[in-house]
Amino acid sequence: MALTSIWVVAEPGEGSLTSTSLELLSAARSLSDDVSALTWGEAGASHAAQAGEFGAATLFDVGSIGSALPGAPVAAALAALVGERGAPDAILIPSSYDGRDVAARLSARLDRPVLTNVTGLRDEGGVVTEHPVFGGTQTVSARFSSTGPGIVLVRAKSFAAEPAGGGPAAVVAAPARDVGPSGSAVIVASHVEARTGPKLEDAAIVVSGGRGLGEAARYALVEEVAALLHGAAGASRAIVDAGWVPYSHQVGQTGKTVKPTVYLAFGISGATQHMVGMKGSKNIVAVNKDPEAPIFQIADLGIVGDVQKVLPALIEALKARA
Amino acid sequence: MHVVVCAKQIPDPAAPQSLDADHALNRSGKQILDEADTYGVEMALQLVDRAGGGEVTLVSMCSAADVAGLRNGLAMGAARAVVVSDDSLRGSDALGTAKVLAAAITRLNPDLVLAATESSDGYTGTTPVQVAELLGMPSITFAKAVRVEGATVTVERQTEAGYDEVSAPLPCVVTVTAGVVEPRYASFKGIMAAKSKPVEVLSVADLGLEGQVGWSGARQEIISVVAAESRAAGEKHVDEGDGAQRIVEFLDSVKVL
Repeated sequence: MALTSIWVVAEPGEGSLTSTSLELLSAARSLSDDVSALTWGEAGASHAAQAGEFGAATLFDVGSIGSALPGAPVAAALAALVGERGAPDAILIPSSYDGRDVAARLSARLDRPVLTNVTGLRDEGGVVTEHPVFGGTQTVSARFSSTGPGIVLVRAKSFAAEPAGGGPAAVVAAPARDVGPSGSAVIVASHVEARTGPKLEDAAIVVSGGRGLGEAARYALVEEVAALLHGAAGASRAIVDAGWVPYSHQVGQTGKTVKPTVYLAFGISGATQHMVGMKGSKNIVAVNKDPEAPIFQIADLGIVGDVQKVLPALIEALKARA
Repeated sequence: MHVVVCAKQIPDPAAPQSLDADHALNRSGKQILDEADTYGVEMALQLVDRAGGGEVTLVSMCSAADVAGLRNGLAMGAARAVVVSDDSLRGSDALGTAKVLAAAITRLNPDLVLAATESSDGYTGTTPVQVAELLGMPSITFAKAVRVEGATVTVERQTEAGYDEVSAPLPCVVTVTAGVVEPRYASFKGIMAAKSKPVEVLSVADLGLEGQVGWSGARQEIISVVAAESRAAGEKHVDEGDGAQRIVEFLDSVKVL
């Protein structure tokens, strides 16, 4: 028995919906024949073709929210829609910066719980969510124990984004109403950090560094290996917190989820917080001086050694191959 | 300026973690102040200093029988703590917790509410914004810098591409990331002073939330907990000067060179 209807919060990205939004639309399609998407922004309606291609019959368009942070107005629009049209079985929301705000505000508005950090969805006469716990060593399955809508925050890369070849979704205006003081946080300016090479979450090879590098300056070695392999440079939370590298490089529970062909971890012990973000990688190579480091439990190739020696040697070897 | 910091006591993350028979996290061991909250406490103390006066209040939902973790926050310099302690709170989900915190916070009438972006045990990362919605306040999450000027808070908020500068009128809820400030170590004097700082204990009935929190309020249930498919460990070599070469050979074998 398929679920009656699912709504997907489809975040606008640069010129298209974000990749996680497309993953959620694909997942929703496998659970229900009635999938709708909701997006926002001045170009909201322009996403109708893509939303339809990935399986949404309807695209609710909140429209322009000005410079407001999306959480409050988008949650208000969703709450209004639930009031007008009745609740879907589930509202799937990307576990992104703005997605978490939307989910939390919608939850409080509707007095409905949120299931978070979801990496799998099943239909067992109602939506069942799967959550990795304790660093991914165990999987919890959960469900809502009263009537919908169930609000579900889904982690990036939990599902494949697969177009279904549908025609454009029908656009329905869904303006935010009664936002009130909750919506008074506004974006004054945006700063973009310079980046070279592929995006961390899209790269086929990710080279990450952690505390074992010893000092901030040695992160340049990690970046050099990443550049030589045409990959992206990542980092553990420890060195992001320490201010060695910007947060945009962080891989893990609170950072990005990556699933590259090869993940190379230099001086990363493998805290559960980090492993959750990279254990889906196809191949894992780890270098750490502690033979008991947890990262070795999931590494296809583990080198017990000093990253400060291995990294320069690896750079030379890769240059010799170039 | 009066700043409330939402503080959570959690089982020591360095110790093994497990679920109880009812699928709630086992919290029977020693509870510590979540390290993620020490950044909020430090930020609050600095903002109050810069504002030229005021105080910092910790608000927590935990057992009043063990508040050693909150005493750490008091030792850092917070003036007092408000604890909501009640057997009926067991099983509360994020929204139930937010209702409790919101009800406790509204009595304090703060200018600013700080919290961590997420706790280090449950890491749902939704409670602070649920609190904001329940209180009708704006919220700014993922702050890596916070400043208050007059009745406005301005935050550098992390984004996928870098960061946004976001402002909102006070009162506002702001969640801070780890590393936003360097949390101070409590001084001996601070630790001694913390012992006599007030810790107010409230019940669910004091907040008028009977029946809305705990297991009955959660309206979600865990149906199974199973071992996840585990990745097998591969080869492990001790580097004898050949580590880099072995990595190159591995990269060759998976055809990425």
